[in-house]
Amino acid sequence: MSARRIFARPARLAAIAPYVWMVLFFLVPFGFVLKISLSQTAIAQPPYEPVFDLMAGWGALKAAFAALSIDNFRLLVSDDIYVFAYVRSLTVAVTATALLLLIGYPIAYGMARLPTRWQAVAMVLVIVPFWTSFLIRIYAWINILQHDGLLNQILLALHLVSQPVVWLSTDSAMYIGIVYSYLPFMILPLYATLAKMEPVLEEAASDLGAPRWQVFWLVTFPLSLPGVGAGVLLCFIPIVGEFVIPDLMAGSNALMIGQTLWLEFFTNKDWPVASAAAIVLLVVLLVPLLLYERLQKRQLEQGR
Amino acid sequence: MRKVSRLSRFNVVSLALGLAFLYLPILILVIYSFNASRLVTVWGGWSLRWYHEFFNDRAMIEAAWMSLRVAVSSATIATLIGTLAAVALSRGERFRGRTLFSGMLYAPLVMPEVITGLSLLLLFVALNAERGFWTVTIAHTTLTMCFVAVVVQSRLGSLDRSLEEAAMDLGCDPVRAFVAVTLPLIAPAIVAGWMLAFTLSLDDLVIASFTTGPGSATLPIRIYSEVRLGVKPEINAICTLVIALIAVVIVIASLASKLSSSQGESAAPL
Repeated sequence: MSARRIFARPARLAAIAPYVWMVLFFLVPFGFVLKISLSQTAIAQPPYEPVFDLMAGWGALKAAFAALSIDNFRLLVSDDIYVFAYVRSLTVAVTATALLLLIGYPIAYGMARLPTRWQAVAMVLVIVPFWTSFLIRIYAWINILQHDGLLNQILLALHLVSQPVVWLSTDSAMYIGIVYSYLPFMILPLYATLAKMEPVLEEAASDLGAPRWQVFWLVTFPLSLPGVGAGVLLCFIPIVGEFVIPDLMAGSNALMIGQTLWLEFFTNKDWPVASAAAIVLLVVLLVPLLLYERLQKRQLEQGR
Repeated sequence: MRKVSRLSRFNVVSLALGLAFLYLPILILVIYSFNASRLVTVWGGWSLRWYHEFFNDRAMIEAAWMSLRVAVSSATIATLIGTLAAVALSRGERFRGRTLFSGMLYAPLVMPEVITGLSLLLLFVALNAERGFWTVTIAHTTLTMCFVAVVVQSRLGSLDRSLEEAAMDLGCDPVRAFVAVTLPLIAPAIVAGWMLAFTLSLDDLVIASFTTGPGSATLPIRIYSEVRLGVKPEINAICTLVIALIAVVIVIASLASKLSSSQGESAAPL
């Protein structure tokens, strides 16, 4: 016990370097996002009116405070483009997460029922594609889905369609891309809870006469809810802010918020509006983020 | 009583379909990178033509070199700092600011990359830092050290702490006990953390796009701008090379961790 406490002191010192790093490069930058979201757009480099200049003294600071404006936020709620983008981001994220759950659950369930020796192999097989680059995996699907790509060739050869189907630049292509990229994030937490489950519980239910679907709905699924929660959050939060997949695979008529932020920043060079969009996105995601933090903390620290 | 086999037909089918879904697209990409035809979809026989093309594409090679340097440096820094963070969280008991600390470490794991990228860029602009290699490296370190911390922390959490305590009862000071006992035992997780950081950095498009400067594009930035213009066989070749590189890293690292974990096991009873 005392050894544990003596060990703790230098361990706490180990926090200093990462602490400073994260405050400097994670926390402080949000301050800048907030600051610039409240400043005026300017045609300059960098393209915003400076808000604070600490060297300029009190008077200037007061003037700067007076000049703070919420115009950018007012723009975000009044302009339909942004409102639509937020609504679309949430719709896409909900739909994609539901699809991921529907597709990921049977796979995770199958993994958990493999003989123990094979479970480790299956886990490696699920993780390996996640190691190969994300952009490459999207590109692989663009190859398959393009006008004269493999999918259309197969469909034509089987006479399922009479002419090539347009896949790219549609929402279906985007959903395929999202499901493909995020599937390991859904499968792994599901598998972790399903593998820990006592098989005796399911056996007891079926011994007592419950048909299979009832065993699943009344026993297996409720017990796997922690894994469902982790998988859903792990997919939902980043999908809301996703940029690359909708940009490369969906049509350009309806944008997600990650895309409008990117557009404002890189194309329109409107940094204040992009910053305001980021703040709104952060606020939208605050509750799921906090839920995720609690889950992660409990999971990593339950051994203590 | 009916004794059902644990693995139903439904289980087998969903597993097989799932794995096919995960692997077929990558397999197709690799095969087509050896296609002699300029048309991506028409098979013209085996050829190394597109690899040749890639090695003559200077801009692409420079971007690949930049990505490799960023990935190695950021993964190394991230592994150092991330391991320290994991040690503090799993062995530091309670300390002031702990909740904020763990909050800052877990948030970037799911934080949309557009937010992280934009906020770091605004910081670099405010600091008047010249954007390029170092800004991208710092940005990637910030993201990937969180993954390292989680991987190492979960390993530390599953370790038997009586080993460290025994070492200290036998007269080691905490630092010595950590270096002699804990460090060898968590080495596989540290290696895995480095690998994860390396591949995440090699892979990142969004954060790099925000934080890099003119003239120092990374490989994903180059690939992205090419892909936007359409599918090109040369990209298939580059992607295959990246996949091969990552596969080599995985194999080396898993061999290394197997070696060190078997050492750790044999050392433990002594």
